[in-house]
Amino acid sequence: MEFPYSEKVLKHFRNPQNVGEIENPDGKATEGSPACGDMVSVQIKVNDKNKKIEDIKFRSYGCASNIATGSIITELAKGKTIEEAKEITWKQASKALGGLPPIKAHCSVLAVEGLRAAIKNYEESKGLIKEKTVTTTDIIKKRLKHVMNPLTGLDIVKTDIVENIDLTDGKVSIKINLPVDHQFANNIKEEIKEKLDPLWDIKNIKIKFS
Amino acid sequence: MDKKTIYLDNSSSTRMDEKVLEAMKPYFFESYAVASSEFGYSMGIASQKALQEARKKLTSMISAEPEEFIFTAGGTESSNIAIKSIANNPAHKNKNHIITSRIEDFPVLNSIKSLEKQGFDITYLNVDEKGFIDINELEHAIKNTTLLVSIQHANQEIGTVQDIEKIATLCKSKGILFHTDATHTFTRLPVNVNKYNIDLLTVSSHTIHGPRGIGGLYIRKGTPTIKWIDGGYQEFNMRAGIENIPGAVGFAKAAELISSQENKKLLELRDFLIDKVLNEIPHTTLNGPRTNRLPQNANLTFHQVEGESITLHMDMRGFALSTGSACFSNSLEASHVIMGIRGDHERAHGSVRFSLSRYNTKEDINSVVKEIKEVVEKLREISPLANKQKEV
Repeated sequence: MEFPYSEKVLKHFRNPQNVGEIENPDGKATEGSPACGDMVSVQIKVNDKNKKIEDIKFRSYGCASNIATGSIITELAKGKTIEEAKEITWKQASKALGGLPPIKAHCSVLAVEGLRAAIKNYEESKGLIKEKTVTTTDIIKKRLKHVMNPLTGLDIVKTDIVENIDLTDGKVSIKINLPVDHQFANNIKEEIKEKLDPLWDIKNIKIKFS
Repeated sequence: MDKKTIYLDNSSSTRMDEKVLEAMKPYFFESYAVASSEFGYSMGIASQKALQEARKKLTSMISAEPEEFIFTAGGTESSNIAIKSIANNPAHKNKNHIITSRIEDFPVLNSIKSLEKQGFDITYLNVDEKGFIDINELEHAIKNTTLLVSIQHANQEIGTVQDIEKIATLCKSKGILFHTDATHTFTRLPVNVNKYNIDLLTVSSHTIHGPRGIGGLYIRKGTPTIKWIDGGYQEFNMRAGIENIPGAVGFAKAAELISSQENKKLLELRDFLIDKVLNEIPHTTLNGPRTNRLPQNANLTFHQVEGESITLHMDMRGFALSTGSACFSNSLEASHVIMGIRGDHERAHGSVRFSLSRYNTKEDINSVVKEIKEVVEKLREISPLANKQKEV
């Protein structure tokens, strides 16, 4: 039988490693959404002293490339310090898998982003970010680019449904151009909160629908 | 391909029947002359006869006259001719509006989109959640400038069978030409071009165990079209080029071999499959209707998982299936049909089409459901969507 993927991809696809959750994770993140077709969640346990990733788990909703990349990324990151793990690129992941078909290359990016976001989540929750950047509407906008608009499969910024972002004294107010009773309104609200919550100087998040 | 593969992608293409090959053989090795040589030598007469016979057999199945049917290189070409040669005929130069549906197959949809780029005015009709167009919406969409309505007989992905008799009759009453893509219904469901008032109809051979590279287009007598391919006078001066006689003979033979018993068997297998999946696998949705559905088509969404992962696992287990997931296509776009029936991306990504043929058995259905159940369970075990409650 012939398959469109390398043996290594198929191996990880058949038997993905490190699937699941960690009890009381030190860092966690979910990238992508059902709407864009691929979704990866990553959780990490970090040794506070040497900053090494002691345990890492992932879950994937996606195609074979997505599942295989999620699996390989956990293997690559395990035992590395968070600084080392941050440097892992999708190229390395793809190489470790014996290459991915060019059209599927984008699927491996999501797992890498998931790992980086989980590390960031760890750093933010432990107050490890040394030079605390003051949150601006631009930073918020950047984070909103990771929230998908399920109607199109593209992010909510690109699809112009973020009508307004207001930031005063650590209070964010975001206006989304969707009816409040829209089937995805709650999903989007939850996802926005998840992305903005870890910001150290954000005290309150309000999301309004039209 | 592995001998043991259970092939359930028959709406993409089918295995050719040996009897079809037998019927075609003489026109490769014995009567291989071109049909237009009939006044030159006797071998040409045999070729001409074979071509006429094939045309006669095929047209009798849709109650048309042989002169109203041209052979093409396949269903894609047929729909291209139907739409573009009507649009570009000078007799229609005062009309530039075409109506179609959002869930047509690509030959129709993209022919119309190419006309849209040239400045034609297009209405894309919505369909309901089962894939049916609304006849009132169609009636409202008709303008003074409407030239052509093209609505498929049945959908390629979700099997919805439109009431084309009603649609075509409405078009006739308004003096508008009507084309239908019958690629998936020809020989499977009754079609009568006169009773239904159809002006143009696309048919194809490779979806009914016939050879590839041959299809046909019914064109009602007197319909103003333009010559499609320049060259000789073949195919009633509509499409030049040496006739594909083995192909035409094979196509007619394949159509002849489809029986009403076979279609009844397919329908029973289809319903058995749908019931079995819905009963045995939780969080599944049937895409398309229960009745008014192609006998050979079942399409189901397995929620919380992605289709390409399902089809790859199933391939490793010896089953050929297709999915509406974006990851399955080279365009990376989710199925426009599932999106068209007001589905979301998640529903499209988890959709799997099972299309049956003469070679499938009840055993095949039992084993495909058993295996897909395991695969879906396995994928749900790693899916964050299926394990939300476990998050800590």
